[in-house]
Amino acid sequence: MSVTTRPVPQVRIAPPSFKRPLIMTLASLVLGSIFVLLAPADQQTTFVFNLGDTLVALPDWVVSSRLAATGFALAALACSAIAWPINTRRGSLFFPAVGVGFFLVMSFLSWVGADEVLPVTGLLQGSLLLAVPLVFGAMAGVLSERAGVININIEGQLLVGAFLGAVVGSLLANAYLGLLAAPVAGALMGLLLAVFATRYFVDQVVVGVVLNVLAVGLTGFLYSRFLTEDADLWNNPEVLPTIAVPVLSEIPILGPILFDQNVIVYLMYVVVVAVQVALFKTRWGLRLRSVGEHPEAADSVGIRVNRTRFRAVVLAGAVAGLGGAFFTLGSVGAFGREMTAGNGFIALAAVIFGRWNPIGALAAALLFGFADNLQNVLSIIGSPIPSQFLLMLPYVVTILAVVGLVGKVRAPGADGIPFKKS
Amino acid sequence: MSDEFPPDPSTGLSGSKTTDTLHPPDELAGSLTEALRRRVLTMNLAVTLLAVVLALAIGAVLIAVSSPSVIEAAGYFFARPMDTFSAIWNSVASAYSALFQGALLDVDELREGNIADAFYPISETLTVSAPLILAGLAVAIPFRAGLFNIGAQGQMAFAAIGGGLVGFGLSLPAGLHLVASLLMAMIFGAFWAGIVGFLKAKTGAHEVITTIMLNYIALFFLGWVLNQDWFQREGRNDPISPILNETATFPLLFGGGLRIHLGILVALGAVIVVWWMLTKTITGFRIQTVGANSAAARTAGMNVGRVWIIAMLWAGAMAGLAVSMNVNGTDKVVTAGIVGNIGFDAITVALLGRGSPFGVLGAGLLIGGLRAGGLAMQASTGTPIDIVLVLQALIVLFIAAPALVRSVFRLRGKTAESLTIAKGWGS
Repeated sequence: MSVTTRPVPQVRIAPPSFKRPLIMTLASLVLGSIFVLLAPADQQTTFVFNLGDTLVALPDWVVSSRLAATGFALAALACSAIAWPINTRRGSLFFPAVGVGFFLVMSFLSWVGADEVLPVTGLLQGSLLLAVPLVFGAMAGVLSERAGVININIEGQLLVGAFLGAVVGSLLANAYLGLLAAPVAGALMGLLLAVFATRYFVDQVVVGVVLNVLAVGLTGFLYSRFLTEDADLWNNPEVLPTIAVPVLSEIPILGPILFDQNVIVYLMYVVVVAVQVALFKTRWGLRLRSVGEHPEAADSVGIRVNRTRFRAVVLAGAVAGLGGAFFTLGSVGAFGREMTAGNGFIALAAVIFGRWNPIGALAAALLFGFADNLQNVLSIIGSPIPSQFLLMLPYVVTILAVVGLVGKVRAPGADGIPFKKS
Repeated sequence: MSDEFPPDPSTGLSGSKTTDTLHPPDELAGSLTEALRRRVLTMNLAVTLLAVVLALAIGAVLIAVSSPSVIEAAGYFFARPMDTFSAIWNSVASAYSALFQGALLDVDELREGNIADAFYPISETLTVSAPLILAGLAVAIPFRAGLFNIGAQGQMAFAAIGGGLVGFGLSLPAGLHLVASLLMAMIFGAFWAGIVGFLKAKTGAHEVITTIMLNYIALFFLGWVLNQDWFQREGRNDPISPILNETATFPLLFGGGLRIHLGILVALGAVIVVWWMLTKTITGFRIQTVGANSAAARTAGMNVGRVWIIAMLWAGAMAGLAVSMNVNGTDKVVTAGIVGNIGFDAITVALLGRGSPFGVLGAGLLIGGLRAGGLAMQASTGTPIDIVLVLQALIVLFIAAPALVRSVFRLRGKTAESLTIAKGWGS
């Protein structure tokens, strides 16, 4: 008697898509060869690493432009090659992608820096400074959207923070008191967003956009009425001093970039770590995420959905307000009309690019800051590319990243959906 | 998301969606007035008017407490309290009277019989409104498809290149030249917006990110183009294009110092065309269905991605027309600042108009009036024009939260309704 065994149903797993490693390889090949071919063989690129007083003075690195461009392009190609086996094993392509990006940028710098001096450490330090308001804004976005309230209002919160920080810092002649006032202004803005979103259930995108207009109008009105009338009294705060962290600031390269800054930058480190830990390691964070993902389920176990959201949004406003103070107390020292100049929207893009994750949003904000400052540095040393195209670069890169690398991002489940208890 | 929270039928938006589309297309003429009537009925005029009143009241407080004369009089309040009150009254009354006269009719000039000067304010209002209305449509159409178009600014900047090139680069007969320039602006705008729809459809890239990024790219690209030999005016070093040929500009409607030109009629026509497209055509039906529930639309066999692209193409074309109001109308030249802030103001216009074409028309006229009046107010009373932004924001906020307005004025009515146009990130 023969036993007929039924064939085991074969579970066919679709082979992993080769799109992303392919894109990385092609990018390395095409861009790398362009940089190598354009880099002059007979000119030298000087990379400068020294900045400020560090423990060990690093020597400048003088290298043939084409040689360096070739080396970095090959390194980028190697990183993209590593991506293939990782992709087959369905591993994370984060580090290969970072590697490809980093080495392509270095290859690019080797070309445009031919016969020039490239201040590498200065470039990175400037990038961090440009990223500070973006990071605060992105943290505000993460906090609010993880709780289920879309925060288009970051721009407005940054702006009122910058405004009140400058005014209080100037009237009381103390920048640190201004720094205390800035989050209050942001929190008030967040309060408005929270009231309309969780009490009146108004569409959150609508409220956010409208509150931005309100922030521009209010600060602009008061600016014309008071700040320009008597600038010495109203709009003349001292700039926060730089505080070098002992020992740490002496580390070559990293020291001047990370540990020789004003207090807002140090607060930024604290805020990023605090948001990350609070969201993912505490009961408060679990509750906050639960009302953002599935408010009905959260409600059924006794979490007060709208109260949790309310508090999260006000807190987010305070965080953004603090970041806004960087525009006035942290850098320029005076408030200017609409001085946030779209940073809130870039922060919003960083939130989405970073997949609603504090660390991801931080990385995205730093990337935007770097691209912004790269253009600044290149416009100083002179570059073969029209400045407008360099200015476009961060935005083109963001689109490419969203299209190719990030792909379909997934927002918190209930982001933007009002919760009405039935 | 809309299956959990169905749109409230009392907010004209979804109310007209289900009923209007049932009309056979041949009832077009009759149903146009019908739709207007229904819109007026469902707009809940009381709330809208009270929202304006409330916004004006808060604006008055701002004007009063910041007015130098009030602050001075308040310094000796206990000695002569009436001085403070009269200063408050004077500052608020003069500012608002200048605002309204600057938006509608200059009463002093009318008394003296200078008809053209008397009507200058309303001409300004209509001139400023035209691009706002068209750009408002550019935001409103994607709203109906569930897309949030923050990119009108960039679409307008890119469209200005196309419209300008045809406008000063070609020699065509009058009329035909204007049409060609407008068409090219619409094509350029549609292309720029179409990228957003295409990326969303093919890769799922979120339109809020792509539109923000494309705004910057378009502005920088315009800056680059303005420095190229083939676009920059000869003999100039600053970024400015040649002046458009006379044949490619909008004719003035009345002349005599009034800036109002044919463009406002184009804007009016566009409102009607968009209304017709949204309510009377298959395309409009698809756009609204995808906007109401994209999953259901997909199940029903609609190609959701294609609908997104089509909605964005329409939006870009409207943005192209919007910038033409400046390029071919008021400025007659392309500069880096040709778009101004219209693309962002358009978001307010679309929200205030609740995403419907006729709502956008009304909202565009209101915001345009506030803008024109605000300039006059700043010139004559020194009240900063920024107060107009505050009013604009407050009006939309209050209209969006009818429950708040009702509770302030102790009106009875439904409290559940609220404004739902845009959707969350997930689509």
